[in-house]
Order: sequence, then structure tokens, then C-alpha cells
Amino acid sequence: MSNNAELTNILVCGIGGQGVMTASEVLSMAAIQLGFDVKKTEVAGMAQRGGVVTSHVRFGEKVLSPAIPKGEADILVGFEPAEAMRWAKHLKKGGVAMVNTSRIKPPVVNVGLFEYPDNPVEEMRKNGVEVYDFDAGEIARELGEMRLVNTILMGAISEHLPFDAQVLKDIIVERFRQKKPELAELNDKAFEAGRKAAAKSAQSAA
Amino acid sequence: MNAIVKAIADSRHLLSGNEALARGVWEAGVQVATAYPGTPSTEILENLALYPDIHAQWSVNEKVSLEVAIGACVVGARSFCAMKHVGVNVASDALMSQTLAGVNGGLVIAVADDVGLSSSQNEQDTRFWGRFAHLPILEPCDSQEAYEMAIRAYELSEKFGIPVIIRMTTRVCHVKGLVTVGERQAYEHKGFLDDPTKWVMVPTHAKELLKKQGSRDVILKAYVNECDLNRVEDGSDKRIGFVTSGPAYLHVKEAFPDAPVFKMGMSYPVPIEAIRAFGETVDKLVVVEETEPLVETELKAAGVAVHGKDILPKTGELSPLILDKPIRELYGENVDDLADPDLPVFPRPPTMCVACPHLSPYYCLSKLHKKIRIAGDIGCYTLGAGHPWKALDTTTCMGASISMALGMTLGASDEDKDKPVVAVIGDSTFLHMGMQPLLDVIYNRGNVTVMLLDNRTTGMTGGQEHAGTGFDIHGNEAPRADFEKIVVALGVNPDRVRRVNPYEMPTMFKAIKEEINQNEPSVIITDQPCVLTTRFKRQNPLKVIDGCTGCANCLSTGCPAIIVTRRETETRKSGKEVEKAYVEIETTACTGCNLCVSTCGPDVIKPVSFLEVAKNVQ
Ligand SMILES: Cc1ncc(C[n+]2csc(CCOP(=O)(O)OP(=O)(O)O)c2C)c(N)n1
Repeated sequence: MSNNAELTNILVCGIGGQGVMTASEVLSMAAIQLGFDVKKTEVAGMAQRGGVVTSHVRFGEKVLSPAIPKGEADILVGFEPAEAMRWAKHLKKGGVAMVNTSRIKPPVVNVGLFEYPDNPVEEMRKNGVEVYDFDAGEIARELGEMRLVNTILMGAISEHLPFDAQVLKDIIVERFRQKKPELAELNDKAFEAGRKAAAKSAQSAA
Repeated sequence: MNAIVKAIADSRHLLSGNEALARGVWEAGVQVATAYPGTPSTEILENLALYPDIHAQWSVNEKVSLEVAIGACVVGARSFCAMKHVGVNVASDALMSQTLAGVNGGLVIAVADDVGLSSSQNEQDTRFWGRFAHLPILEPCDSQEAYEMAIRAYELSEKFGIPVIIRMTTRVCHVKGLVTVGERQAYEHKGFLDDPTKWVMVPTHAKELLKKQGSRDVILKAYVNECDLNRVEDGSDKRIGFVTSGPAYLHVKEAFPDAPVFKMGMSYPVPIEAIRAFGETVDKLVVVEETEPLVETELKAAGVAVHGKDILPKTGELSPLILDKPIRELYGENVDDLADPDLPVFPRPPTMCVACPHLSPYYCLSKLHKKIRIAGDIGCYTLGAGHPWKALDTTTCMGASISMALGMTLGASDEDKDKPVVAVIGDSTFLHMGMQPLLDVIYNRGNVTVMLLDNRTTGMTGGQEHAGTGFDIHGNEAPRADFEKIVVALGVNPDRVRRVNPYEMPTMFKAIKEEINQNEPSVIITDQPCVLTTRFKRQNPLKVIDGCTGCANCLSTGCPAIIVTRRETETRKSGKEVEKAYVEIETTACTGCNLCVSTCGPDVIKPVSFLEVAKNVQ
């Protein structure tokens, strides 16, 4: 279809409250800084109550439709493995998925109405998706702050973006310097930890 | 403070459609802005409230909100009102008369349609209000246009002397794009226009104004065909010319970049003659609109041959991909269905939060549901219809719980006539449209038990203040409506009004059981704050110590912090098989509300701190 070849499409998915919107916001900021046109979708209200949350980030010369068509995402960032699996078909051929393997089971699975997939990442690979996976939740715990999952995942995808990883890192760290300076250093560390974890996942897959 | 408030002229910012529209409204020199929250419109007023020199307020409902804005425009200010699509149903009484009177200062109403129902009870096409109320409809396709059209709408409102509706959709409201902003205009206040023949809507005046409305229609129709908000974008592939508006325009441009497009920025009145002329330049016309075939129908009625909903979906959001197949078939191409199914994953519907104060009322109602009917309302507590409670029989629109409950008692069959009916309603919803129904119950000597779930916020739309929270839109202290006094003033016997702490489950259960057995109306008011607000105070988290018997009672609370670790089928001595579910509590998520403690038979749910203290003692 059309002019999409020149666009970069990043689909961020997870669950209400995980920080999906913040991730797509910093990605957008980076793209703007580099002079691209950007569109980013938001989710508000009810959907955030533990429901499925996605944010589409598109940037390039000129972005028209705000939603990434199925089969056209370059990168899928999965804050949760079953959610990554749910949106896997949004990736284009040759797209990559970066997946946090910490699972969050919804009440409908909890009460036994539905099964959680045995191995979402394996399912994705079976379907031809190139997946990098690691437990971002565990790294966040080690760093002492669960809310770092976001920055860890940003570090992890930073090598797959059509611009230098440092641009994204600077934006994240600067945001914290402005808003919560005491967390700036820690986010720097988290970003690097994510980067390393992704590289390691690449090796084990190779 | 939000950076956009301080943005200087000609600077560029990444703004959502709602943020951009708010900026435009502020720049237009608006003095009074009102709204009642509703997804996807809520952030418009939240953003306007951040700007200086503008009065922004939450009103109790959309009708009141529109009337406040109308009042401000009558005395000569520019005024603004925002609402979600269903809000217009509530405000329509004011709208349908004010359209005859028109405006003095400019009046713009932004209505956000939840196309695709991300968070609504229905899907409504606001453009029909343009036709119904004889008013112009502007349709931005993105943030930049939302900003520009806000300013433009005030010019049009004053040029034609009528309110103008800006129709937004979820994909405009909640998409961020780059916007170049300007600065606030100094608006020359018009002063009160002293003219009872214009403002006093009695039949003699209205008859004259109806005639004027007729001539106004003619002027608007002429204008829309020449207006620069509607434009032709030429293309080399003349086989199909698209007629489109809003985000659908972007989808068309993305999917068919070479096709000629008639882009409507003002879609009502329909620019029929301009489209007819455009049609002469292409082989076929296709109208791509969300959601109903409004433009299509008007064009067909005017003898313009078009395709539209005969080939395109009649509900929900459009996208480049959705357009692809039907349009390529119209091109005569052979289209294989390459639909690649998604990988199957369980559904993940929204849930109530950990420790939500609505959990306990629903736990109790679900245990009593066999004996009672439960009329629901709209808010986070509508989730009580889902798992594990399944404790709602109806939900229609805001405020309908109490009135429908009355109807359910009156219309019950003989075998049902002794079944108590409970209405469940939230604090914001009660003040929006719940007081009149309760008065109706009293006046007509009905008997309904009202559960007023007061969590001191408008939870479902993201936690807005309202007349019952004690704070205004800026977070400043405001007079706080006293629910107990209100319901007593409406006529409920003071002995039948109770305040209950929902975390005290046994008290809650007892209160409901007692009140449903009274032969007069009763009101049970819960009084603990929403967990997503700063008013909620976390306690020490809980933990399941050894000894879980797998009874799964605690799971019936629906608290998402309780996780099943193991399931088993156990055969009792009697030979009966029982399902066991052993649990743990996710300590990082748990806020220590203690609700589950009272449901635990073996009493093995304990505060984490207590355990640690005990360990230290050992
Ligand atoms: C006419 C109308 N206006 C607005 C809305 C959006 N809306 C749905 S529920 C609700 C209020 C929820 O607040 P409350 O009753 O206090 O319940 P809570 O969500 O806090 O439990 C709003 C504003 C709507 N559905 N209909």
C-alpha cells in the first residue's frame, strides 16, 4: 500500500497502567527532535482499567492515518508476553518484537474461564516473528523500582530504531531531570540494562 | 504546568486533538467554557482549565453545561461547551430551542463521537444534530485542524449568528500530532443584546424565528458550496473520486494516494453542488464517512449517484486496510482475501481495580442476585455486570437505574411482584441525572433500594471533580453536595438512609439485606474514595500464609490482586467432586483494604507487616 514504505511504525502494547503511553510519548519526542512528522495514538478512560492498551507511533516525512495497518509495524514493543502475541500479526515481514516476559494474568484467566498461552514468545517465533525476549520485570526489581520496565524496554529497542540510540536515551534521562531528578541516574542505568538484555537475547537466539 | 499553556506564537507542539482544540478555543478569546466529562471529550475542558483568563467549569450534566454557555453568549461573551456524543441527547432540549434564537457572542459546541465504542454505551453520529438543529458541522481530521477549526468556528458562529458544532471522533481527540499554535486574541465583548423577541422563546417569537431559520438554511447552503473548509485535492487516477471528512479523509489519502478527493471540513449542510461538480471530473464517486450514511443519503436524494455504505462498513472505525478490499473490487480488481488471522489470545476486558470500593457492594449483590433484580447505571460500577459478580440486570443511560428500577417494580409479573429491586448508581451519575428519578420514586410511592456508590470522583472518565467532591476543576475547594441531605430532601425517610464503609463487608451485607426488605424507598451510601485518586490511602499489603483450603471464596470479591496458583478437583467423602482454587496475593499490588479477609474461611490472609513482626519476635 501507498507511501508507507517511508514511514517507521512502532506499536507499543501492554495493559492499562504499565506505562505504554509514556513509552510511545518518548519515542515520539525523539522522532520530533529529528525533524520527522509524527502521529501517536492515545487511550483514555475505561480501557485503562486493566484492559488491553496499545499506542501506535508513526513517523516519517508526512504521516496521514494515525493507526498502523495490520502487517505494517516495524517494531512491536510488548510490555506483556500474551499482549505481544495478541498484536504479533501487526508486524510486517521482517519486523522485530521486543517482549517483556513478565506475565500478567487477567481475572478471566484467574477464575479459569480462559487459558493463558503456554509460551507466547514461542508461538510468535513459530509464526515467523523475530522476537527478542527477556524479563524486564526482573531487571526492574533488581534495580529496585518496578516502574523502570518502561525505560528498560526503550533501551532494549534502541538498537532497532532508524536513529541513534543515544537520542532516545537523552530524551528519557532529560525528562526525568526535569520532572524527578532523583530518578535520572537510575533511568540511565535501566536504559543500558535493557540494551544489554536485548543484545544477550539476540545472541541466545542466534 | 503544562508547557502548551505557555507556548508562544508559531511554535510547534505534539498535541492530542483535545489539547489542540482547547488551545484554539482559548486563542479565540473565549471567556466561559463548560463541560460534563465523557470519553473521548474529557481532556478538552481539563486542558482549557489550565489557561489563564478563561472561566472553566465542570457542570453537573450536559444540559446544564450547554445552558451556562448559552447564557454567557447571550450577554455577549464568546463561550464554549464540550461533551461526548451521548451528552447531546441530554443537552438537546436547550440546543433545539437555542438554534432558533441563535447567539450574540460566538458559541461553539465540541462533540466527541466514540466511533468504535471504546468506552460508550452506543455509537451515535453527531452530524445528524446538524441536520436536526439546522446548524453547521465542522469536522477536523487531526490535531492541527482541531486547533484551526476551533478559531474558525467562532468566526462562523458570529457571521451567521448561530451555534456551531465541531464534531470530533476518538481518532481526533486521542491522537497526538504536531500543531503550530498562535496567540490569544483580544475579543471585543459584545455586551448584553437586549431583545426579548430573540431570547424569549414563546410561540409568537419562535414563529418569526422559524422563518428566519429557513432563510438562514439557504444562506448556509450557498456558503458551504464555496467555503474554503471544503476543497478538492486533485489526483491522476480518475476512476474513483472520494468524498470524505474527519479521520476517514486520512485513511483515504493513505490507501489511495493517486485518487482525487473532495475533503469536507464543513460537512453540514452537505456541499451538494460542489460535490456534484467534483463528480463530473471522475468516473465514480464514493462517500467515505464515519459512521452513518448521512452525506451519502443527502447526495442520493439530490440525484448524485454515489457509492458508500453499500460497499463500506456501516459501523465502527474505518482504516486504510478496511477501505482496501471494497474499493479495489470497485476498481474491478480481483481481490484475494489475504486476511491473516491474529494469534488466539484470551480476552482482557477492563476490570475493577485492586481494592476498588465498588468490589464489596458487588460481592454482596452477587450473593443476593437470585432474590433481587438489579438495575445498573453508567460508570466504573457497570463492570459489576462482568466476572465474577454478574450482578447487573440492566444498564441503559446515565440516571436510568433508579427510574428503571421503579418501572421494574411496577411492571413485574405476579410471581415477581415481591422481588425487591435495587438500583446501583455512582456519585457523579446521581448528581448528573439521578435526583429526578429518586424524586419520581418518592412521589409515586414506589419502593426501590438505591445503592449510591460515592467514591468521591467521576471514576470512569479518569477522575474528574464534581459537585459532590468538594473541589472544582482547578482542584480548589468548592461547596460539597451532601448526599444524605439531598436524598432526605427528596423525601426518603431519614431512617432509611445509611452510610456504609464498603470495606466492612459484613456491615455492607447486612445493610443491603435489611433495606431490600423494607416497604419504602431506601438509600445506602458508600463513602470510601476511588483508589486512583489521592484521597485513597494505602495500608500495609496482605499475604496468604500457609493453610489456604482452596475454597475460592476470596476470588468472588473480584479483586485482581488475588492470583490462583493451583487448581484441583477434589472428591469429597460423599463422592461429590468440588473444584478447588488455591491462591496467593500479589503483595506489590495489594493495598491492604482487608476486604478479602472477611471472605477467608480458614483466616489465613494476614498483613505482611504483622508477619514480619511475628518473625522478628521469634
Ligand atoms: C450523557 C453521558 N455523559 C457522560 C457519559 C460518560 N460517563 C460515563 S459514566 C460517567 C460518570 C461516572 O462517574 P460515577 O457515577 O461517579 O461512577 P464511577 O465511575 O466513579 O464509579 C460518565 C461521565 C455518559 N456515558 N453519558
